[in-house]
Amino acid sequence: MTGLRIGRFAHLAFCALVFIFLVAPIIVIVPLSFNAEPYFTFTEGMLRLDPAAWSLRWYREIIENEVWTRSLANSLVIGVSATVLATALGTLAALGLSSPAMPARRFITGLLISPMVTPVIISAAGMFFFYTNVGLAQTHLGLILAHATLGMPFVVITVVATLTGFDRNLTRAAASLGAGPVRIFRTVQLPLIAPGVISGALFAFATSFDEVVVVLFMGGLEQRTIPRQMWAGIREQISPAILAVATFLVVFALALLLTVEWLRRRASA
Amino acid sequence: MGLVLPLLVFLGVTFLAPLATMLLRSVHDPVVADALPATLAALREWEGEGLPPEAVYEAAARELGSAREARTLGQVAGRVNRLQSGLRSVLTRTARDLDDVAGGPWREAMAGMDSAWVDPGTWHAIRAAGERFTARHYLNAVDMRRLPDGSVAPQPEERRIYLPLLWRTLLVSLAITVFCLILGYPIAHLIAHAPPRRGNLLLALVLVPFWTSLLVRTTSWIVLLQTQGVINDILVAIGLVGDDGRLSMVYNMTGTLVAMTHVLLPFMVLPLYSVMRSIPPLHMRAAASMGATPAQAFRRVYWPQTLPGVGAGSLLVFILAIGYYITPALVGGSSGQLISNMVAYHMQTSLNWGLAAALGALLLVGVLVLYLLYDRLVGVERMSLG
Repeated sequence: MTGLRIGRFAHLAFCALVFIFLVAPIIVIVPLSFNAEPYFTFTEGMLRLDPAAWSLRWYREIIENEVWTRSLANSLVIGVSATVLATALGTLAALGLSSPAMPARRFITGLLISPMVTPVIISAAGMFFFYTNVGLAQTHLGLILAHATLGMPFVVITVVATLTGFDRNLTRAAASLGAGPVRIFRTVQLPLIAPGVISGALFAFATSFDEVVVVLFMGGLEQRTIPRQMWAGIREQISPAILAVATFLVVFALALLLTVEWLRRRASA
Repeated sequence: MGLVLPLLVFLGVTFLAPLATMLLRSVHDPVVADALPATLAALREWEGEGLPPEAVYEAAARELGSAREARTLGQVAGRVNRLQSGLRSVLTRTARDLDDVAGGPWREAMAGMDSAWVDPGTWHAIRAAGERFTARHYLNAVDMRRLPDGSVAPQPEERRIYLPLLWRTLLVSLAITVFCLILGYPIAHLIAHAPPRRGNLLLALVLVPFWTSLLVRTTSWIVLLQTQGVINDILVAIGLVGDDGRLSMVYNMTGTLVAMTHVLLPFMVLPLYSVMRSIPPLHMRAAASMGATPAQAFRRVYWPQTLPGVGAGSLLVFILAIGYYITPALVGGSSGQLISNMVAYHMQTSLNWGLAAALGALLLVGVLVLYLLYDRLVGVERMSLG
């Protein structure tokens, strides 16, 4: 019996280490972003909790720096537009895929999800060649289309998943009462699949908001986004201002995660 | 079907057409053929032994001049140079010097400018670069080359780059998959069989990194692992290593392995978790009541039932790992680069787009095969998103 107990303790200890491995790197940058010195490690003052060693200077720097505010604006414009596009097209497609009369369902599902598993360097290279040919490289529109493509599979997956539990009798009932397809979608289907649609949209937005390779290949100076700016910062000269941006992104990720979890629970309740 | 159509059309334009363009790029390169049509036509008459006839020199002299005026000479010279290095400057210099030459015989005039013009190898290179459709980027991508007599042979040992890199990418991806499985299996088990409240909390700890920006996670690893970073500081503070013996854990293969395992671990845990959750605890109790030791019960009852999750997670992590670009590029230094980084290098730095496209195409085929396997074994529509 003691052997069993040792085994269980070892399992728990190992799991604790893995959880630390998962979360610690994300947590550690938060206090470091308040460093008063341009270092990436805890100064002695910080460890003594000396208030002078802590400061908001890096936050002030990113708020006052036009490069960062402009890239935030670019990220939001591109992210929101790509999300709207991906969500609209992806939701429609998911509705089609879930209908019993759908031919070649498996093949088409595989095709629609393929942008998610295709290495992004390949998508980016192909898009660079093609979008340059048609004059969409170095434009906001080009990036919006590209990001919508990369985010769309998430919408398809989440909405298809919500639709698997969908009772088709509801739409039949609505139809027998005289509602047209648009009305059925708006008043019966949409409210029921809304959690899936919103989750998918959040995934799509997160994808665009974190995408750097396509921007690197296709974006010009006018299309610099937050990840693109971080990329430059990490490659050239990493300053704690990056950590301030990173902290902001961690908080943002937490907000997204909580929203999606809340939606999931609402959907399954 | 009508509902799926808009997205299919969209995908065709924004995704499939770009991939097709890339595949075309990998075999099609018209630059030299367009710039030197008469030269190439005249070269076709030449058997490849000795020097080509005067007609070739005459056409070349004329077309090098017009390429220079059309400003395509740089591209032409660059492509020829890839087949035989040193020819870039020969072509550009000759085109400039020919301005002062009023008339033939052209062979003597060009031979006087550079002895490369009386070397048959130069003309072989120009002829090869002039192929409109070519397999040479693919040969290049698998470390082969075409000899002047047309046969295909492996590159000399010291010039083999891509096959070793491909091999390294596969090994690294495999190692990361194994790491993820070793780290992920126990915690998936813990989460799946914890009471619901605690289970949800622990699952959130897996999902936080999943949702956090990739660049943020990569930055964190640089902050933690660099020589003046947090981990080294701690090791020095507790006296495990001396201040001059700080470990180098980033900008090398270690950095790539650690950061990629961290990034991909959630993709292993989530499918494992969803499979484990469906295994009734009753099975293990039944095994125990029939006298199985915990190890036996695990090996013969629990583990076999989790195999679908192990397969799904491992395949997903492997697929994502072999195409990874961002993390190796930022934390891999020169020893931790993978095949994707080479694609990026040829796209952005060497500007050898044909070779980049060929390498990309090979990678794409590999991923496609694994993706089909995944679909066969797991089903893409069941891809888990947490």
